[in-house]
Amino acid sequence: MSVIVTDAGFAATDWAADLDAAEILTLPSDTKPQDVDLSGAPKLVRVEFPSSADGRGFTIARVLRDHGYTGKLRATGHVIADQYAMARRCGFDDVEISDDLAARQPEDQWKFRANWQQNDYQSRLRGA
Amino acid sequence: MYTYSEFDKAFLAERNAQFRAQVERRIDGSLTEEEFKPLRLMNGLYLQLHAYMLRVAIPYGTLRSAQMRQLALIAEKWDKGYGHFTTRQNIQYNWPTLRDVPDMLDALSEVEMHAIQTSGNTIRNVTADHFAGAAADEVGDPRPVAELLRQWSTDHPEFQFLPRKFKFAVIGAEADRAVIRAHDIGIQLVEKNGKRGYRVLVGGGLGRTPMIGKVIRDFLPEEDLLPFSEAIVSTYNILGRRDNKYKARIKITVHENGIETYKELTEARFAELRPEFEGVDQQILANIKSQFAAPAFRNATTEAYDAAYYSDPVFRAWADTNLSAHKAEGYAIVTISLKKHGETPGDATADQMRLMADLGEKYSHDDIRISHEQNVILPHVHKSDLPALHAALKTQGLATANIGLISDIIACPGMDYCALATARSIPVAQEIAQRFDALKMEHEIGPLKIKISGCINACGHHHVGHIGILGLDRAGVENYQITLGGDGTEEATIGQRTGPGFSYEEITNAIERIIKAYLAHRDSADETFLETYRRLGADPFKAALYPDKAEGKSNAA
Repeated sequence: MSVIVTDAGFAATDWAADLDAAEILTLPSDTKPQDVDLSGAPKLVRVEFPSSADGRGFTIARVLRDHGYTGKLRATGHVIADQYAMARRCGFDDVEISDDLAARQPEDQWKFRANWQQNDYQSRLRGA
Repeated sequence: MYTYSEFDKAFLAERNAQFRAQVERRIDGSLTEEEFKPLRLMNGLYLQLHAYMLRVAIPYGTLRSAQMRQLALIAEKWDKGYGHFTTRQNIQYNWPTLRDVPDMLDALSEVEMHAIQTSGNTIRNVTADHFAGAAADEVGDPRPVAELLRQWSTDHPEFQFLPRKFKFAVIGAEADRAVIRAHDIGIQLVEKNGKRGYRVLVGGGLGRTPMIGKVIRDFLPEEDLLPFSEAIVSTYNILGRRDNKYKARIKITVHENGIETYKELTEARFAELRPEFEGVDQQILANIKSQFAAPAFRNATTEAYDAAYYSDPVFRAWADTNLSAHKAEGYAIVTISLKKHGETPGDATADQMRLMADLGEKYSHDDIRISHEQNVILPHVHKSDLPALHAALKTQGLATANIGLISDIIACPGMDYCALATARSIPVAQEIAQRFDALKMEHEIGPLKIKISGCINACGHHHVGHIGILGLDRAGVENYQITLGGDGTEEATIGQRTGPGFSYEEITNAIERIIKAYLAHRDSADETFLETYRRLGADPFKAALYPDKAEGKSNAA
C-alpha cells in the first residue's frame, strides 16, 4: 500500500484509484524526457524515484511541464519529506510514498514544507 | 560589497530552521543516517575521520571584516580556535559536534553567511578571481555574476540531487587566477564589439581523470547566462552517469558523448528555458553590480613605502613577493601568506583572523579575499600604508614573504583529517617548506607552484602544479607520485607523471633533486622552473629523480 502526500498532508484516499490503466503513464527514472510521447493525453503521469539520491525525476517533471503537459504529475517511490518542496517546485502535484516511509516520516514532517511557494529563488529570478 | 536583500535573509532564516529540525529528527531517529546524509551534505556538514566537519562557503572568496571576525568567534566558541581555508574559497571547521551545528549556522547568518551546498551532489560555492575588482587586467568584476549564480543555484529544486558535485568558477580577465578550465563550468567575462558577454567552458575537472574544460559557447549574451547555465546542468542531470560515481562528473559525460552532442542537447534545452527568464534577473544583476562599485581610491604620496623599501630588507623581500599590481595608481594588492614554513597550509587561528579583519577594515576598504591558493588577500591597500601593515602582520606570524615560491604550497587536508585520503599531505608540505627554508634557496629558485593531494580526488590540484605530488596507498605504505609541468592558468596543462613514486621518507629528497636539476639546467636566473621544463621536457628531471635507471640505460647502450 502507499500514501499520497499533498500540501494538505496525507490524503485519506487516492483520487487516481479509479483511473483506467490506459489513462496512467508511468516513467522510470532513466526516461529521456524530451522523447516522452504525451499524445495519448494521460490523466496522470507517474515519475519513479528509485532512491532519494536520484534526482533525475526533478528534471523529467520540469521538461514535461515545459513541453506543455498540464495533467497531473506524481512523484512516486523513495522521495523524502525534505524533497517535497523540490518536487512541488518542479511541477509535481503530489507524492506517492510507501507505508513504511510514511510511518518513519509522519505527516507533520511533510506539512512542514507545504509552504514551498515561499522563499523560492527561482520564482524570484524568473519574475513570476 | 553585496548586502543581503530581505529575500536572502528570510530564505536563510527558514533554511536554518529546517536544518535545525532535520538535526533533531536525526537525533530522535526519524531520519536514518542514509537519509540524513544528503541533507547534512547540502548544508555543508561532513563526517570525517575523527569528527564532523562544517564547510562554510565564502562566496567568490569575498569577506567583510565583520564576517572574518565572526569566523574567528565561531572557531573559538565551537571549534578548537582555528579554521582551515580551502582551495574552493571555503573555510572548514574540523571539530564541531552535531548538536552545535544549528547554532553555528545561526551565528553565520548574523553576518550573511552560510554553509549551504558546500558539499553533496549539487551546485557548490561559486568561486571567482581573488583579485576581482582590483586587478589591472580585467574586463569587468566577476563577483556580481558570481553572486547572481549563487542566488540562482541556491536551493535550486531541480539540481539538489545531481549525479555528482558541480562547480562553477568565474573570472573577468584573460589571466585565469581561478582555474576555470578545471571546473565543471568555467565562465569568463569578455567583450565583443563593445558588448559584454561570457565565454562558457564545460567539462573541466581534476580528480582521477583530469580534463581541461571545452568551450561550449564562445560568446554568450549577458542576459542568457541563467537559462544557459540551467540548460547545461539540466542536460547533465539526465545524461550524467549514475552507475559509477567515478564516472559521474560532467567531464566524463562530455567526454563520452562528445562536446558536439552535449552542446546540441544544451542548446535545445536552452531554447525552451530562455523565455522563462523575462528580465527580472538582469534587474537583480544591475542592483548587485551597483553594490560592487569600486571604493573611492585616494591620491597620496608613496614616500613612506619608498623609504621602507630601501631601508628595510625584510620589508623589501615581503614587498617583492607578496604584492601584485593594482589598477589604481599608488595602490597594491597584498597577499597575506597562510604558508609560514612548518605550519599547515591554509590554517588561521582566531587571533590571526581578527588581526586580518582589523587590517582589512583599516587599510583595504573593508574588503578581504580568500584565494584558491589558500592565502588571504587585502585587495585595495595604498602603498603608504604598507609599512604599518607589514609591521602589524609580523605580530601574528603573518608576514611570511613566500607568495608564488616553493613553500607557497597548496595541500589538501590529507590523512590528518580526511576520510577519503590515502596518504598524508600536510606533513609533506611542511617538510618541503622547511627544507628549502633551511637551505635558503627559496628566492633563488623563484616562481614555483607545488600542489599536493592526499588521494586521487585531487583536492590539492596536483595535476596543475608545476610540481604535483599525489599521495597513494601501496599495500599499506604511503607512496608519492610526482607530476611535472602542470599549469592552472589560462595556459592550462595537466602535469605528466615522472615514473615510480617515492616513500614518505624520500619525497622531500626527490623534490630537492628536481630543484637541483632545474638550477643546473636553466639558461639564466630569469628562466622559471616551468619555462625550463617546457624547453627541455621531462628527461633531465627524470634523470635526476631516477639516477640508477639512467645509469642502467647508459650501461646497456
